Amino acid sequence: MEIPYTYKPRPDTGLYNAKVGIWLFLASEIMLFGALFSSYILLRVQAPEGEWPQVAMAWPHGLLNIPIGTFNTAVLITSSVTVVLAWAALKMNQFAKFRVCMVITLVCAFGFLGIKSYEYNEKFTHYELRLKDGHAYTGHIEVNGKHAGFWDFGAIYNLERLTKESVKELSFTADPEKPKPGEKHGAETSHEHKRMTVKVDEIQKLDAFILRNHNFFAIYFVITALHGLHVLGGALVLGYFAFPGASMWKKNPEQFTNRIEVAGLFWHFVDLVWIFLFPVVYLL
Amino acid sequence: MSDSTSSHAAHEGGHDHHDIAAHVRTYIVVFLALLVGTVITVGMYYVHFDSMAVTIAIALFIASIKAFLVAGYFMHLLSEKKVIYSMLGITVVFFFALGVLTLWSTSDLPKNSEMKALYVP
Repeated sequence: MEIPYTYKPRPDTGLYNAKVGIWLFLASEIMLFGALFSSYILLRVQAPEGEWPQVAMAWPHGLLNIPIGTFNTAVLITSSVTVVLAWAALKMNQFAKFRVCMVITLVCAFGFLGIKSYEYNEKFTHYELRLKDGHAYTGHIEVNGKHAGFWDFGAIYNLERLTKESVKELSFTADPEKPKPGEKHGAETSHEHKRMTVKVDEIQKLDAFILRNHNFFAIYFVITALHGLHVLGGALVLGYFAFPGASMWKKNPEQFTNRIEVAGLFWHFVDLVWIFLFPVVYLL
Repeated sequence: MSDSTSSHAAHEGGHDHHDIAAHVRTYIVVFLALLVGTVITVGMYYVHFDSMAVTIAIALFIASIKAFLVAGYFMHLLSEKKVIYSMLGITVVFFFALGVLTLWSTSDLPKNSEMKALYVP
């Protein structure tokens, strides 16, 4: 039995079925991300005022790498235009051009994920340190002479783990102090990386920039990882259509063109989420 | 596979090549506009506003314009069928209801000052 309305429009909707299907799915996706964005707002308005890490649960600002985030935004926008150009190429019977556009889309998709992984690793190796005397810092640690590489340690250090491993002291390199909002760079703030040896007995809290550490990291990792999974899923589908699935072009070009349109709609949605995600988590 | 092997792909009742070529030009213009929008968004970060509300409003305004460009042109929402508009209309209502209900719940939560007292490292 043939599946109806794969390319012919259904008389009542005026659309082929897959298009109605993908928009229904995207509607549910809007609600999914909407719930997470609402959670973000809720967590943020509840955070105490002040500067993090000096104020324990204050909302941190400027922790994410803006140049990298901007570049990744451009990568995703590029992949969004190439996927719509791929569809337009099929509409104009230019299969070779279609494939070039799809390959660029895939390179951008995996480039985006690679850059995001690099950013994640930077956070996994970055630490918040609170001492019992009330001082709080962010920076990088060395334990037993080993640098704080996530892959070197095989895990992330916190006070519990330091105690379990009977570590007596660690070396901490504090981040330079951030200029206060509105203050010019280099005014009175120290730009030196202060290096110090910290006794484990003096530590009140030590943890990396990971979900359990702070509400900001919790919501940041949940939203961006969910978005990253969408990028991965979309890339797999587009990769299938670009290569093995492209054999349909010979048998049923119109249905194939519609498949690309539908996959493209999902891909644009992923781009759309990032358009809001980028300013919200990186800039605001 | 070359272009000639797939020449049997006729598009009845759809767009002809000329139409699509015009679309392609639009896509390129939209792409450039999105890149400019991204630069403006980041540029605004380095301009300091005293009011956080103003900063948020500007950032969300630029993001909304970019979202309109993507949805309107790349996703063809400017020339879509009625059934899609009705589906999305309902979604928009529920999306904002979800946001408003969530924010409303903040009145049930401890105040900022009380949050500090609750903090256990």
